Amino acid sequence: MSRKLLLDKEHVPGIRGYDVYRREGGYRSVEKALKLTPAEIVEEVKRSGLRGRGGAGFPTGMKWSFLAKPEGVARYLVCNADESEPGTFKDRYLMEFIPHLLIEGMIVSSFALGSNVSYIYIRGEYAWITDIVENAIAEAKQNGWLGKNIMGTGFDCELYVQRGAGAYICGEETALIESLEGKRGNPRIKPPFPAVKGLWDCPTVVNNVETLAAVVPIINEGSEAYSKIGVGKSTGTKLISACGNINKPGIYEIDMTISVEEFIYSDEYCGGIPNGKQLKACIPGGSSVPILPANLLLTTAKGEKRLMNYESLADGGFATGSMMGSGGFIVLDEDQCVVRHTMTLARFYHHESCGQCSPCREGTGWMERILKKIENGKGEMKDIDLLWDIQRKIEGNTICPLGDAAAWPVAAAIRHFRDEFEWHVLNPDDCLKRNYGLAHYADPVYVPVTA
Amino acid sequence: MIQFSDEKLNTINEIIKRYPDGKHKSALLPVLHLAQEEFGGWLDTPVMDYVATLLKIEPIEVYEVASFYSMYNLKPVGKYVFEVCQTGPCMLNGSDQIIDYIKQQLNIGIGQTTIDGLFTLKTVECLGACGYAPMMQLGKTYREHLTKDKVDAIVEECRAKAN
Repeated sequence: MSRKLLLDKEHVPGIRGYDVYRREGGYRSVEKALKLTPAEIVEEVKRSGLRGRGGAGFPTGMKWSFLAKPEGVARYLVCNADESEPGTFKDRYLMEFIPHLLIEGMIVSSFALGSNVSYIYIRGEYAWITDIVENAIAEAKQNGWLGKNIMGTGFDCELYVQRGAGAYICGEETALIESLEGKRGNPRIKPPFPAVKGLWDCPTVVNNVETLAAVVPIINEGSEAYSKIGVGKSTGTKLISACGNINKPGIYEIDMTISVEEFIYSDEYCGGIPNGKQLKACIPGGSSVPILPANLLLTTAKGEKRLMNYESLADGGFATGSMMGSGGFIVLDEDQCVVRHTMTLARFYHHESCGQCSPCREGTGWMERILKKIENGKGEMKDIDLLWDIQRKIEGNTICPLGDAAAWPVAAAIRHFRDEFEWHVLNPDDCLKRNYGLAHYADPVYVPVTA
Repeated sequence: MIQFSDEKLNTINEIIKRYPDGKHKSALLPVLHLAQEEFGGWLDTPVMDYVATLLKIEPIEVYEVASFYSMYNLKPVGKYVFEVCQTGPCMLNGSDQIIDYIKQQLNIGIGQTTIDGLFTLKTVECLGACGYAPMMQLGKTYREHLTKDKVDAIVEECRAKAN
């Protein structure tokens, strides 16, 4: 059984409300943190090894230490709750069921960063969650954890929720800032980074919901105890949102030492594949990270068991590995069609491209059209190479990482499942009636030469 | 006449206070949500112009935002909008069949509204409910683990509420 730091109280009845949350030890980290200096808290977070839980995995303490502190200029902390990466629904769970954990983490983090007004930017579709979080903020304020002169320390902090209105791109931090300023979510060119010039041109830190929640156990237990959980540079616990063809979809808190195989098949986690079907493929970290066939998912190219952590999931690079990403774990069974699944992702990125950069604006729609054509049995062999060419020309050529996020799923699908694409081209009638199936994707590891 | 109630105007003033002086444009997204709820479920040009006047910004600043975000409707919609997710994880769990079933039951295509003005069917991209697929958004709520029976029940529920 994994150690739980964020969800350890999830089953306590009434934990959503302030009284129960406080009785169970809530807001202890604020009491502790406000007796430290902001620099000491930043140092604690650095030492904990906490990495951003939104997808990029950048060390949080380091991000905080980049924050500029010019005299007389406001600084802002913004919580990125614009969770929209397909396969990811963990932040929603935290906010819906334990909203005070996020608020507690934000108060400590706001103190550490010197932010007197902090914002939580929640995706617009999570409308009822906005109500839950606003309620919790009101409770925290009533009990003196927010407002003026918190606990007599002289620290003032207000917390506000801003609702988005439906745009995946606003999960990118500079697009989120633009949106919070009341504009279209067009990502900004970096530098300047938000740490220097962010919200209303002031120094700003943008952190994911789970990242800010993790600050609470780091302060409560100490950075040393936190960093001992996990392995290597994957410290602490990670929330995984598991979905697709599994028996027990949902949110799991893992300590990053378990294997992918255990995560999929053990009853403690996903509980295996339904209806006796076999595992075909998996996208382990949200739709933008590379899809892996079963064999490479469970075992690295070196023949080692793959583990559920940042390093092991990335082992082998993009040739034979993937990424931890946001922890959105999407499982495909033997009946699923990789071409069709990739097409839905291409359609997603086409829909969500902000349109600023031509490689992304034009390329995402082009990829969607070609994938639709192949899926409908109208593709030609040269379309597969064209797809490969388009994704290569998007990757790295856009202002923000949405271009890469759109390119990677297509690249990985062709890299590992090229025969399935070719089968669609060679069997235009058959591919409308049945799927390619499991093929050899679960055979012992064979490392293909990359295209 | 397009005019928020005094209560809504108070809410808007409270929203504006969340931001530093002079940064009231930040209230645009929340105010557009309120406007859409208040003025018939979509944002007609006069409504957007009214919002521009309220926030003391140019109308074009409102149009460009309203057209960027997928939750703002720029055309009239039915009383109940079924927004069915069709992205990867929902597709793996049968969202295509759910969409086909809704089309057949309501006799409309994607993006269309029933003749009685009750229902609009939209397909949307990932709403963050992947573990509870297939799903749709209906107003402020999510309807998850959809089946044909559940769709029937939701249609009935909406019809009953409308009467």
